[in-house]
Amino acid sequence: MNLTQKSRRLDEVAISVFLFAAATLSILTTFGIVGVLIQETWLFFQQVSIVEFLTGTRWTPLFVSKQFGVLPLVLGTFLVAIGAMLVSVPLGLMAAIYLAEYASDRVRAILKPVLEVLAGIPTVVYGYFALTFVTPLLKSVFPETQTFNAASASIVMGVMLLPMVASISEDALAAVPRSLREAAYGLGGTKLEVSTQVVVPAALSGIVAAFVLALSRAVGETMIVAIAAGQQPKITFNPLQSIETMTAYIVQISLGDTPHGTIAYQTIFAVGSLLFVLTLIMNLISYYVTRRFREVYE
Amino acid sequence: MTVVNSTPAIESRQLNIYYGKFHAVRDVNLSIERNKITAMIGPSGCGKSTVLRCFNRMNDLIPIARTEGEVLFNGQNIYADTVDPVQVRRHVGMVFQKPNPFPKSIYENIAWGAKINGFVGNMDELVEESLRDAALWDEVKDKLHQSALGLSGGQQQRLCIARTIAVKPDIILMDEPCSALDPIATLKIEDLMRELVENYTIIIVTHNMQQAARVSDYTAFFMVDDSRTGHLMEFGPTKELFTKPKHKQTEDYITGRFG
Ligand SMILES: Nc1ncnc2c1ncn2[C@@H]1O[C@H](COP(=O)(O)OP(=O)(O)OP(=O)(O)O)[C@@H](O)[C@H]1O
Ligand SMILES: [Mg+2]
Repeated sequence: MNLTQKSRRLDEVAISVFLFAAATLSILTTFGIVGVLIQETWLFFQQVSIVEFLTGTRWTPLFVSKQFGVLPLVLGTFLVAIGAMLVSVPLGLMAAIYLAEYASDRVRAILKPVLEVLAGIPTVVYGYFALTFVTPLLKSVFPETQTFNAASASIVMGVMLLPMVASISEDALAAVPRSLREAAYGLGGTKLEVSTQVVVPAALSGIVAAFVLALSRAVGETMIVAIAAGQQPKITFNPLQSIETMTAYIVQISLGDTPHGTIAYQTIFAVGSLLFVLTLIMNLISYYVTRRFREVYE
Repeated sequence: MTVVNSTPAIESRQLNIYYGKFHAVRDVNLSIERNKITAMIGPSGCGKSTVLRCFNRMNDLIPIARTEGEVLFNGQNIYADTVDPVQVRRHVGMVFQKPNPFPKSIYENIAWGAKINGFVGNMDELVEESLRDAALWDEVKDKLHQSALGLSGGQQQRLCIARTIAVKPDIILMDEPCSALDPIATLKIEDLMRELVENYTIIIVTHNMQQAARVSDYTAFFMVDDSRTGHLMEFGPTKELFTKPKHKQTEDYITGRFG
């Protein structure tokens, strides 16, 4: 009896040591990545002033006359991301309201898993869908559309983000207590009035968190923009034109024949760091919003 | 009020309510007099809330609930096919067991119902008047734009009453409105009900016999039979029902000898 207990305790110790090692490894890996990022970025900024990097409006590291203004990449990124938000936010919110307030239990039981499967489609599939389906469609409506353009990446990315926005928003709506709906219906509210004026505001923190999360995914999304949005870093607000995002640029250099150790190569670490900081800020905002605007129900 | 209106404010005829296959309430014939407080009492699970929620079609929100029979409001069956439950609820308001203010400001809590009902007068006045009628004005007049969730439970419940009367319903249904409140807050609400009954018809569900005896003009006593189906056992003026009940079960229940 005693013996078995002791051996069992040894098992427990072994397992906990193993799990600790696994956890430590993943944390160390993260630190390693951030460390390399910081180091390479540091080397880059030895040669290029950070002010020029952040405020310059031309990005030509591969040209003979090199310029390192990252704004075209940043604006390209946000052009695509905001376009994606214009698609995913209204549609996602409407889908969430439908699922939470209108759909019968049976319909919801079918649709929710479908949405989640949609979220599992590899992004490269979305990328080719943008290039081979949406772009020709855009061209037939707006003949001036370029073969690689921000709009088609935006639309498809919006579709990709839709399930996530819908699913998280639906969770937030479903968490609104039943008593609040009853109060609103009891005052003579219609379904539309109750859902949009009482339930949605009560779930706002969760919904906004879903939006910010979607924006942060849109900014970091790589495959769709690398395939469909082009490689022309330029400042434009015309979504039918070819642009380049930060992520697409990193892919371009990583896969291209730019020699290691050159300044052109180091740019990807600077751009990567900037991307990292931007996403971090957005996740912090999302965290803050959820905490700050969460209503406390008894 | 000197006008005598003899038609009941609301009346149920052969009301039967089911949750899925479960027969929750059978054959309730109940006639509620205008500008009176009618109390519904009875053991837990006898269907008081179920019947109450039928009077403004709140049970429509429960998918498995099914109703047979008629509920006549101003002579019109609110369960007729042509009737819109939203319209019914604009005339028959409800205050719930747990205070459930919206996570909005005190002001907006009151204004919302009026707004969706197409109110076109002076909203500030309506808010003040409703809060005064609910005996809450003095306590909240300096913080109308703060969140209603910051109020105490008793204040929240009076806010919910204020919100209900802002819509100017004919009937106010109250399902154990004081069960989450302390004795002082409870007395406040009871006083308030006595004042409101000048202008409204009130139906209140309560487990508190003293409360029923104190505030109500009529009392309806519900019981369950062996298959747990609720039914109306006895109904009459509160004084009579409490002093000389017709049924043994009624007497046992109100004297606390039940069960
Ligand atoms: N949503 C529901 N689904 C299924 N059954 C229900 C539902 N609501 C109530 N019931 C059942 O109907 C019967 C009557 O319930 P009801 O809530 O009306 O009783 P009550 O008299 O209000 O009890 P209490 O005094 O405890 O509030 C009970 O047997 C209850 O279990
Ligand atoms: Mg009840």
